[in-house]
Amino acid sequence: MTHEEKRAWIRLVVAVLGYAAYVTVIVSRAGGRRLPDVPYASTLVWTVAAAIVAAIAAEAGMAIVVPGASRAKDVRDREIGVLGEHVGQSFVVIGAVAAMLMAMADWDRFWIANVIYLCFVLSAVLSGVTKVIVYRRRFPEW
Amino acid sequence: MVKPTQVTNRIRALRFAHDEMTQAELADRIGVTRQTLIAIEQGRYSPSLEMAFRIARVFGVPLDDVFQYPASPEEKA
Repeated sequence: MTHEEKRAWIRLVVAVLGYAAYVTVIVSRAGGRRLPDVPYASTLVWTVAAAIVAAIAAEAGMAIVVPGASRAKDVRDREIGVLGEHVGQSFVVIGAVAAMLMAMADWDRFWIANVIYLCFVLSAVLSGVTKVIVYRRRFPEW
Repeated sequence: MVKPTQVTNRIRALRFAHDEMTQAELADRIGVTRQTLIAIEQGRYSPSLEMAFRIARVFGVPLDDVFQYPASPEEKA
């Protein structure tokens, strides 16, 4: 497994676990209240920050556990990276358009922020899944 | 539409014919990771034309000796 493939796995797992933790906290806080009444902002910010730190820590930990592992990145890694980001980008656009429409329709800020966050996570997941599949199988040709 | 590549290669055979060159050694000489070389050998990744020439040059053979592309039925006729 190349260094870049390991990074793709780490980012994928961190994105999923981070979002699962966020949803668990928010739902457990609701306790019968409407979701827009639940305080979410600090949890969302902390979850995103923790996910970034966790990904960096996992990559650093990987380097410590396997010190001799190559960190080389070649043309295939770059092509897979570009493909993954390209595929994942669709959800960033969907999130932005959805947030714009929700803001125009005067939706609660809770839903706008959470739709944006969800689309970021879906973008990261789709991008990560694409990368690990292409690493394991064949590079698509059209 | 995604379609499998029809390009085949003889890299594995050529490695063995050249003093059983290891994948790591060939990968190092053409400037890619061993995983990329494995993907090329197994037909899971088509290298760029430039990389294909570098592989052929390592073995000292023409490109056609390393990579093959099947002729279409019209070409065979």
